[in-house]
Amino acid sequence: MTSDTLRADATASAPAIAGPSRTVRRSGVSVAWLGLVPFAAYVLMFLAVPTILAVGSGFFTDDGTFTWTNLTALADPVVLNTFANSAGLSLLTAVVGAVAGALVCYALLGMNPQGTVRSSVDAAAGVLAQFGGVMLAFAFIATVGAQGVMTLFLQDAFGLNIYENGMWLYEVPGLIMPYVYFQVPLMVITFMPALAALKPQWTEANLTLGGTRASFWLRIGLPVLAPSFLASLLLLFANAFSSYATAAALASQGSQIVPLQIRAALTSETVLGRENLAGALALGMIVVVGIVMALYSLVQRRAARWQS
Amino acid sequence: MATIARRTRLVAGIALAATATLVLTSCAADTASGDGAGGGSESGADAATATSIEDFGSFEDLEAAAKAEGQLNVIALPRDWANYGEILDLFAEQYPEITINEQSPDISSAEEITAAETNEGLDTAPDVFDLGLAVALSSTDQFAPYQVQTWDEIPDALKEPSGLFVGDYGGYMSIGYDSSKFDEPGSLDDLLGADYKGAVAINGDPTQAGAAFAAVGLAAVQSDGTLDDFQPGIDFFGELQKAGNFLKVDVTPATITSGETPVVFDWDYLNAAAGADNPDWKVAVLDGTGYAGYYNQAINKDAPNPAAARLWQEFLYSDDVQNLWLKGGARPARMEAMTEAGTIDADLAAALPEVPEETVVPTEEQSTKAGTLLGEKWAASVQ
Repeated sequence: MTSDTLRADATASAPAIAGPSRTVRRSGVSVAWLGLVPFAAYVLMFLAVPTILAVGSGFFTDDGTFTWTNLTALADPVVLNTFANSAGLSLLTAVVGAVAGALVCYALLGMNPQGTVRSSVDAAAGVLAQFGGVMLAFAFIATVGAQGVMTLFLQDAFGLNIYENGMWLYEVPGLIMPYVYFQVPLMVITFMPALAALKPQWTEANLTLGGTRASFWLRIGLPVLAPSFLASLLLLFANAFSSYATAAALASQGSQIVPLQIRAALTSETVLGRENLAGALALGMIVVVGIVMALYSLVQRRAARWQS
Repeated sequence: MATIARRTRLVAGIALAATATLVLTSCAADTASGDGAGGGSESGADAATATSIEDFGSFEDLEAAAKAEGQLNVIALPRDWANYGEILDLFAEQYPEITINEQSPDISSAEEITAAETNEGLDTAPDVFDLGLAVALSSTDQFAPYQVQTWDEIPDALKEPSGLFVGDYGGYMSIGYDSSKFDEPGSLDDLLGADYKGAVAINGDPTQAGAAFAAVGLAAVQSDGTLDDFQPGIDFFGELQKAGNFLKVDVTPATITSGETPVVFDWDYLNAAAGADNPDWKVAVLDGTGYAGYYNQAINKDAPNPAAARLWQEFLYSDDVQNLWLKGGARPARMEAMTEAGTIDADLAAALPEVPEETVVPTEEQSTKAGTLLGEKWAASVQ
C-alpha cells in the first residue's frame, strides 16, 4: 500500500523535475552498492576463500606438489558408498519432511493467521528447524535410546522391545528420525509463505466457472505450488546432506556419511597424512550441493512467477 | 536459517585450518616484526634452544625466565582427562604470575600439530603438546628437545633419546562396565553372549581415535593374534556387530551415567574418570596379554613462551604432578622409580587395575600397517 502510493507520487512528480531526479537516483545507486561491501567482504573472507582453499587442498600432496590422487580416491568403493549413504539419507528425509511439512502447512491454512495455534506452530517451527547437532542427538538418546524414556515405557507397558533386532538408532537408518525432526519444521517455514500466497480470487474464479474443490487443487493449486514445493524439497535435501554434528554423536563408527569421512580425514590420530583427501571429499560435496542449488534457483524462478 | 547455520558449521569444519592461516598470517607479520617468536627479550633466544636446566643456570633462573614471559599456551588438555584439571590448577597456584591459556581442550593429537603449523610465529601458538604415539613419531620436526631434571628416572622405552618427546602417563586398554547389570567380563568371548545385547561400545572410531584403535589392538592380541596383524581384532568387533551387541553411539560421560553405554572399551584411566558419576561403574583389565599406551609430552619448537614451556615440563615430571596423574587413574612415566624411592602415593597405586601378565605396545611400523588395514576394513566389517 505504502510503496504503491510512493511509486504513484514519484511518477506523478517525475515530469516536473525529470533532470535533477535522475542524477539523484544515479548517485543513490552507487551508494547502495557500497552498502553491500561489508557483507560481500565477510562472505568472501569466511565462505568463499576458505572454500577455495579447502577444495584446492584436494589437488595437492602434503608437500605441495600437484596431484590427481585425492580426486581419484573419490572413486574408491568406500567413498562412493558414503556418498550413496549421504544422498539416500538426504533424499529420504527431504521427501518425508517435505510431504509431512506440506500437510502441516495445509492444516495451518485453515487457521486464523493471527490465532494462537498458528502463531505458536510458526514460532515452534522456527526454533525446531534450528534444533540440530549434539543437543538433538542427546535428546533422541534420552527419549528412544536403549535406556530412553519411551523405550522403557513401551517395554513396561506393552512388552514391546523396539531394539529386538539390534540398536538401529546408532546406525545410518537411525539418523532418519532425528533428521526428519528438523526437516519438517524447516519445510513449514519455507513452504508456508507459498501456500499462504494462494489468492482467494482464484478459488472464487474456479467456483464461478463451475469448478469443484477437487478441480481447484488439481488444475490451479497443485500446478501453482509445485515449483515452490520442489524448491523447498531441494533446500531440505541440501540441509540434510550438509548436516554433520547429529550424525557424529549418534553413528560414531565407520564414518558412514560424507561429512564424517571428511572429519576422519582431517582429524584422525591413527591414520595419518590424509588431510588433503578431505579437500577432494569437500569438492565432491560442493558439486552435489551445487547441482541442487542450481536446480533450486531454476525452480524458484518459475515459482516466483505466481508470487508477484 | 537452518541451512545456513548448518552449512557454515560444516564449511567451518572443513576450512578451519585454512581460515586460520588466512586471517592469522596477516597478523603474523605484525607480531613477528614486533617481539618475534622468542617471547622474553633477554633470555628468549636461550630459552628456545635450552635442552636442559643447565642452559638456564638453575631451576630458579628457569622460573624467573618463565615468569618474565608470563604466559603458557597449552592445547588439547580436557580437564576431566587424566586429572588435568587439578594439574592445571596446581600450576596456576604455584605460578600466579603465569597465565595459562587452555586452548581447544577437545581436539585430537593430529589437530594439535595442525594448530602449531597454522599459528606459527604467533603468540597464540601452543607451547607444549600432549600427543598419542603415532602423531608424536610422525611430527618430530615440530619439537624442541628437552630433558627434565628427572630424565634418568623415566624408562628408556618411554622416551625419544634426545628428548624430542617423552612419555608422560599411560594405561591399559580396559573394559568399563556397569556392575549392577553385568558380572566382570573375564574374556572377550563373554561379550559375545546374549546378555550383552546392544551394550558394548568403543570410545571413538578406531580409524580416528587412539583409544578406539587400541581397543581393536587389544581384541587382536586377546584373540591369539599379534600386533603385526589387527585382522583378528577387526573380526571380533564384526562378530560383536553380528551378535547385535555392538553399540555405535559416541561414548561420553553422559552416556555412561545414563546407562546408555553399559560396557565401554577405553583406557583404564579414562574409564575410571568417565564413570565417576555412576557408583556401579567398574573397570576391568583382561588377563593374559594387555595392550598399553602412553601419551607423550613435547615442546613446540616455535613456542612463543619457550621458558614457560620448559617449566611446564619440569612441573609435570615432579613428584607432586606424577602423583596427580596417578590420582586420575593413569600410570605416570616415573612410577617405577617413585615406587622404589617411596615417593609414590601407595593408596592410589594400589587402587589401579591389576597389571596383566604380558604387555604389548605397537611399534610405529605396526601402527601404520594397522591404520591402513582399519581404513580399508573397519567400516565394512561393522555394518
